[in-house]
Amino acid sequence: MHLGATEASAATRRHTLVAGLEDRPGVLNRVVSMFRRRAFNIVSLNVGRTHEPGLSRLTVTVEADDHRARLLAANLRKLVEVLYVEDVTEAGAVVRDMALIKVEAPAEQRAELLRVCEVFRARVVDLTEGSLVLEATGDPAKIDGLLAVLRPFGITEMVQSGAMAMTRGASREAEKLGSLTAAA
Amino acid sequence: MNALTLPIDAPPDAAPRMTGAEMVWEALTREGVDTIFGYPGGCVMPLYDALPRYGIHHVLVRHEQGAAHMADGYARASGKVGVALATSGPGATNLVTGIATAMLDSIPMVCITGQVPSHLIGTDAFQEVDITGVTLPITKHNYLVTRAEDIGPTLREAFHLAREGRPGPVVVDITKDAQLGEAPFTWPERRARPAHRAEPAPALADTLGAALDLIATAERPLILAGQGIIAAGASDLLQALVDRTDIPVACTLLGLGALPTSDPRHLGMLGMHGEAWVNRAVQQADLIIALGMRFDDRVTGRLATFAPRARKIHVELDPAEVNKNVRVDVPIIGDVAAVLRDLLPRLPERRCTSWREEIDAARADSRRRDIIATPPRDGRLYGAQVLHDLWRATEGRALIVSDVGQHQMWEAQYYHHDTPRSLLTSGGLGTMGFALPAAIGAKLARPDDEVWVVVGDGGFQMTAAELSTCAQEGLNINVAIINNGYLGMVRQWQALFFEGREIATPIGQPDFAKLSEAHGLPGLRVERREDVLPAIERARRHPGTVVIDFRVVQQDIVYPMVPAGADLDDMLRRPEAGEEA
Repeated sequence: MHLGATEASAATRRHTLVAGLEDRPGVLNRVVSMFRRRAFNIVSLNVGRTHEPGLSRLTVTVEADDHRARLLAANLRKLVEVLYVEDVTEAGAVVRDMALIKVEAPAEQRAELLRVCEVFRARVVDLTEGSLVLEATGDPAKIDGLLAVLRPFGITEMVQSGAMAMTRGASREAEKLGSLTAAA
Repeated sequence: MNALTLPIDAPPDAAPRMTGAEMVWEALTREGVDTIFGYPGGCVMPLYDALPRYGIHHVLVRHEQGAAHMADGYARASGKVGVALATSGPGATNLVTGIATAMLDSIPMVCITGQVPSHLIGTDAFQEVDITGVTLPITKHNYLVTRAEDIGPTLREAFHLAREGRPGPVVVDITKDAQLGEAPFTWPERRARPAHRAEPAPALADTLGAALDLIATAERPLILAGQGIIAAGASDLLQALVDRTDIPVACTLLGLGALPTSDPRHLGMLGMHGEAWVNRAVQQADLIIALGMRFDDRVTGRLATFAPRARKIHVELDPAEVNKNVRVDVPIIGDVAAVLRDLLPRLPERRCTSWREEIDAARADSRRRDIIATPPRDGRLYGAQVLHDLWRATEGRALIVSDVGQHQMWEAQYYHHDTPRSLLTSGGLGTMGFALPAAIGAKLARPDDEVWVVVGDGGFQMTAAELSTCAQEGLNINVAIINNGYLGMVRQWQALFFEGREIATPIGQPDFAKLSEAHGLPGLRVERREDVLPAIERARRHPGTVVIDFRVVQQDIVYPMVPAGADLDDMLRRPEAGEEA
């Protein structure tokens, strides 16, 4: 017998969902308003345009059990301007985050810092007398790891893109849009 | 081609040119709208100016909240989309309570609001308010339209969205310059967006098979019928299901009327003020078949102990309602009518004789506590008696629009509904002041039906100004005020849970009969049980609106009651006759 969603795990974990949105004013507002109203605990959110005119792509990561993650997707699908939603947590997706990190870098620490950058494959994008700005990309755990190592040096500023995800393999956006592109 | 372009069938150059204001009425006419409820103001003046050229009846309300509730009542009574119209700023914000009421009860409604000219948006112009921002969480969708040429396609989609799938309210905010602008009128015939962006679901055949197995083998099955049955027009299918399986039915407040109360399998309402035998049946059932309902907290009581012995099948249109509050064993996502149509031919016939006998025994036992079966001999008039007499006088055939509070629960318990859409009430939001304006909308949708407003003295005073609308429209609806001089349900909670401290619940009032007469409508006052039926008959014979002020016992309690958050069978019961109150 099919027991549907009751088979889902009750354990809280990090879920990554991707969604296609119509690229027009106010859409992000609707999405975020729904998260707030339904009390979903958002870890990160990333939105940007895609190669397809009029189509934006959203990646959201949440801490939730499988039931709540399914409800999040179901509620997203109810928004008229949301074109598709996929939970890619189990799908072997590529998940990447990007961070810019400003670190105190007096001359005597610089060499050590540069070694750390090498290990984490972070790039130095700005270098001044007392500080440097690093650019790092990777899965969110790698960014967290880099932050932990940099903290003792003195992080003075940082910014993060939020995770973005893409499933591996040959799947296309057009398939996700389904009937929408078929109708056009 | 851009996937997101709205397909428009007629080439724009072939379309007739008209003003944006004319487009609004043209669109409403094409949608079959015959009546709208509104209030004029600066930013909708072009709209109003164009109205006389179209055959749409405009009902002038006394407050825009009334317009929203009237459109809602019109929609609930008819199943069609109700339409309200208001100006920008305060006109639009006054709609908000009515929009939220419709949202919580999934009522199809389109609210058109005027907006300041587009070049003034964002400047805090006179009567400017960001109504699409304000109504974002209480609409299915909303639009800001700034160009005349977008009005046709937008209204087309708005009506479609209001009706489609799980219905709901849609706001279309139209700037004054868009109303004044001139452009070709376009009316897309095709859907602009895909019908369902459904989640991946198990094959329906599998879930139906699982449901059939459970239904065939359960010993104590129980159907919970919600408003989804009525919205889907599935009452006949529910009747067929019950005839075939003999499974008893408990209704949610908004589900009342889904199955005739006169059917012996109809048990009554469940939940906080559900009948004792109904709530017991829920707790003892080994199978719950929930049809078009959403396990509201007023229905379930404490979730952890809700229907603890039951496997659960949930047939529901909205995937976001499945496994939201109550975890179910067999979720079936789909239109309840379509699912029942699939299910019925495959269902084996069965009887529920011993299970129903058990429920009926509890039901018979409850009569000893029933105020109608064993009336108190104190000579006073009780609210429940008024509802009972109203049911007797109208033979259960009136369209009742109830407000929110004690009288609403007595209505649900003592007015026995036999047809869908014969009870209209604000269930989800619990909006006091709903009944009178909603009844005006309902009467305009179903002019041949006998319409009664059942309302408390508190709720009536919230929207009593619409009596004037009633008089202006020459409507024949009757108003039964269950008047106890208190905000009765709040007082009940004070009595039960706040050691009887009656704070801000005794409420003053005008002489309601005289208030009615001031509107040119007869007003009656009734204080004794024996005068109830004659007053109801007088109101029924009168060809216009009559207000009856029923002076009932002041400090009455609605029984049974499941305290908020308690187990569903942990009920406060009316003392048996002879027991101390």
